[in-house]
Amino acid sequence: MKNRPAFLSSLAGKIGLAMRKYAPQMILLALLILFSFLSPQFMTLYNMTIMVRQVSFAAISAVGVMFVMISGGIDLSIGSQIVFTNVVLAIMMAYGHVPLILAIPITLVMGTALGFFNGLLSVKLKVHSLIITLGTAMIYKGLGYIVAQARNIMGFPDSFRVFGQGYLWKIPVPVVIMIVIALIGSFILTRTYFGRYVFALGGNEEAARLAGVNVNVMKMILFALCGFVSGITSVLLLSRVFAGQVSTGQGIEFDCLTAALLGGVSFKGGEGTVFGLMTGILIIGVLNNAMQLASFPDFSQMVVKGAVLLIAVGFDVYQKNRKARETVARVPAQ
Amino acid sequence: MRDALKLREWVFDDFYCEGGLPPPSQTNEINERMDTKVVLSLKGITKRYPGVLALDHVSLDFLEGEVHALLGENGAGKSTLIKAVAGAIDLDGGIVHVGEHDYEQMTPHLSRSLGIEVIYQEFNLVPPLSAAENIFLGDRLSKSFLVDFKTMKSKTKEIFDLFKVDIDPGALVQDLSPAQQQIVEIAKAVSKNVRILIMDEPSAPLSVSEVARMFEIIRQLKQRGVTVIYISHRLEEVFKISDRVTVMRDGRYVATRLTNDTNRKELLNLMVGRELTEVYPSRTIIPTETVIEIKNLSGNGDKDISFSVKKGEIVGLSGLVGSGRTELAMLLCGAVPLEGGEIWVNGKPTRIKSPADAIKHKIGLLPEDRKAHGLFLEMGVQWNICFPIVRGLSRNGVVDRKKETQIAKKYKEQLDIKTPSLEQQIKNLSGGNQQKVVLAKSLAAESDILIFDEPTRGIDVGAKQEIYRLMCMLANNGIAIIMISSDMEELLGMSDRIIVLCEGKMAGEVMKEQFSQDFILDLASGTL
Repeated sequence: MKNRPAFLSSLAGKIGLAMRKYAPQMILLALLILFSFLSPQFMTLYNMTIMVRQVSFAAISAVGVMFVMISGGIDLSIGSQIVFTNVVLAIMMAYGHVPLILAIPITLVMGTALGFFNGLLSVKLKVHSLIITLGTAMIYKGLGYIVAQARNIMGFPDSFRVFGQGYLWKIPVPVVIMIVIALIGSFILTRTYFGRYVFALGGNEEAARLAGVNVNVMKMILFALCGFVSGITSVLLLSRVFAGQVSTGQGIEFDCLTAALLGGVSFKGGEGTVFGLMTGILIIGVLNNAMQLASFPDFSQMVVKGAVLLIAVGFDVYQKNRKARETVARVPAQ
Repeated sequence: MRDALKLREWVFDDFYCEGGLPPPSQTNEINERMDTKVVLSLKGITKRYPGVLALDHVSLDFLEGEVHALLGENGAGKSTLIKAVAGAIDLDGGIVHVGEHDYEQMTPHLSRSLGIEVIYQEFNLVPPLSAAENIFLGDRLSKSFLVDFKTMKSKTKEIFDLFKVDIDPGALVQDLSPAQQQIVEIAKAVSKNVRILIMDEPSAPLSVSEVARMFEIIRQLKQRGVTVIYISHRLEEVFKISDRVTVMRDGRYVATRLTNDTNRKELLNLMVGRELTEVYPSRTIIPTETVIEIKNLSGNGDKDISFSVKKGEIVGLSGLVGSGRTELAMLLCGAVPLEGGEIWVNGKPTRIKSPADAIKHKIGLLPEDRKAHGLFLEMGVQWNICFPIVRGLSRNGVVDRKKETQIAKKYKEQLDIKTPSLEQQIKNLSGGNQQKVVLAKSLAAESDILIFDEPTRGIDVGAKQEIYRLMCMLANNGIAIIMISSDMEELLGMSDRIIVLCEGKMAGEVMKEQFSQDFILDLASGTL
């Protein structure tokens, strides 16, 4: 170290910093390169389109979850919200013959209401949203099962297909919607005062309150927002599956959480970017897709996904500790 | 010398009236014990924290069987010194000499095995366990695999009997009063064959009569040859209990005196280390119109508090810990709802129900615990300064970042905040600069009324001066300031008037002409 010229070590330092800052992106890149060597079908436009469409549903919900996570909360109920809204939407269309123009807004309002209920409970009961949404997840899922009555609900208008199965300029519609929502989310988070409040809430709730932020209202808005976005996911998923089943959407919250954590969204709040989140989503997409191409059994896929999550989180913690140590070491030298 | 003795007698008389205990018979014994051997010797202890030299070559001897008081202001290095002895921190230099050996580095285990026990301000007890279980926590009394509750209880009873206290060994610690919990802590130390007992501000949670009982226990320990290192910033206690007293200031050793040979004034001068008048910038008050008037305010534990603050005035709020000063600040800034009374701002009644309302009425708070309540540590300087006004800086919800940078820059220059950039994370700034960022936040919100809650806590001396200078500048610019402080010198030096609280009630309002530390302390402790 001592004999190395100063510019070299500073360059190495910069590269090291960039490596750490863009660690999720590096992982994604490494996976892309690895799998394109392993499988000839992997790096094709067709396969990539399929891969992105596969994760676009989780990605849309993940934007909502990320807002909640940055504010220091968590929403484990989105999968169950989707189960419930999905079944209701299916019944409305198949049995109630409610026109699309009415059924879709009703679904979105319903999603918002379910999210708002989460927020309301966590504010009123003053219990961490992890516990609240664990409870509401059971309730929403149960309600979905009750409403569905073990039916496979079919018979939707054909015009409904466009949301999940259609293309816009050769890009699947869910992917387009994902991009739009990601851009809006990123804009709100980085450019608006609302975004500042979200970070403030996760960074130091009491300081935010004393600075005049209505913390409770913010929490309820954020959960409602998360519910609204999951409502969109629900509509897209039903259009994609084209049958109302209680299995749709189940477990999607784990993909959302994994993506958020992989992408550097802090579990404690106050940290996160849409760019990181989307990287996390794509890592999950690539893994899913490659394992399917390699015809990995379903259960092995679960093991791999779990391991990737743990490695990513472990790396993150290691990095933060190292950063803290370096800061401490640097200060006395000044 | 004779004055000092008289003072001591007076103090003792006073004390025994309160505590109702027999008068001391060992007054001479203290002097006889003075020539006993050194049990703990510190040589050139140095400890550096980022940006601060917490301990600067401190050398100090402690004798067997003495009660040795450590005095100093906040940030003088008392707590760091005991952490060094207890092995809780890594030293940057110096030697700890205990018994026959020199140690360059203490560890908690080593320190324990040498018979050193520390009772910290926050008790180290397990609330849901019994007193006996706490005392013998981690000790195996017998070879058996099971806990021997019987021996445990009888041994605990023995120690309690020694202290002549009546606590049930089986009582859960969470059901005990703070004073009883402290006795459990002391008993815990005694059960481990303590030779040197270090007590950090032990009187803080105790009432007057409880302090008397604690002193009785300390005397018993002393008679058994235990050295007690007593850390306090209450001078009265130092005179009541200690044999010798060492003063520290800004991480340095200042002087050691025999308690009998010194007096209050000398110790105060040693602690502060300068003539008090020099420290605080002089200011000519121009009493003009009243900005804020508090009428019969109640809530958050406070009752019926009334006073007013004029433009350009600094009003001090004094009182002991728990007297309701911070609670009052919380009421004024809307953090806790009022239960009664009114707050008038600029001659009009207000309805302050939330912090947002307080900000609307231009009331700003610089909280006591700035890291927990005032700052977003992970965020940048600009982000923090502009946070309260970020909504006002927005058009259609989008923040005007140009304007934001302008404002942040303005206050960075005005308050001389030392930071490499406006993006620098707050957690990397020094305490003084963090406090300036909190101040900048309130100034950016254009507050007319500023409440400073312990504005100089945990800030080094140089930065303190700057904060004082800034406060005076703000007052001269017509801002009404309410200052809460436990630092009496600071309070007397800065305030134009002092409101004294005692147990949530107004104990008095002291004008500048009447300023005296004793008078205010008497008001604060409710003895008048």
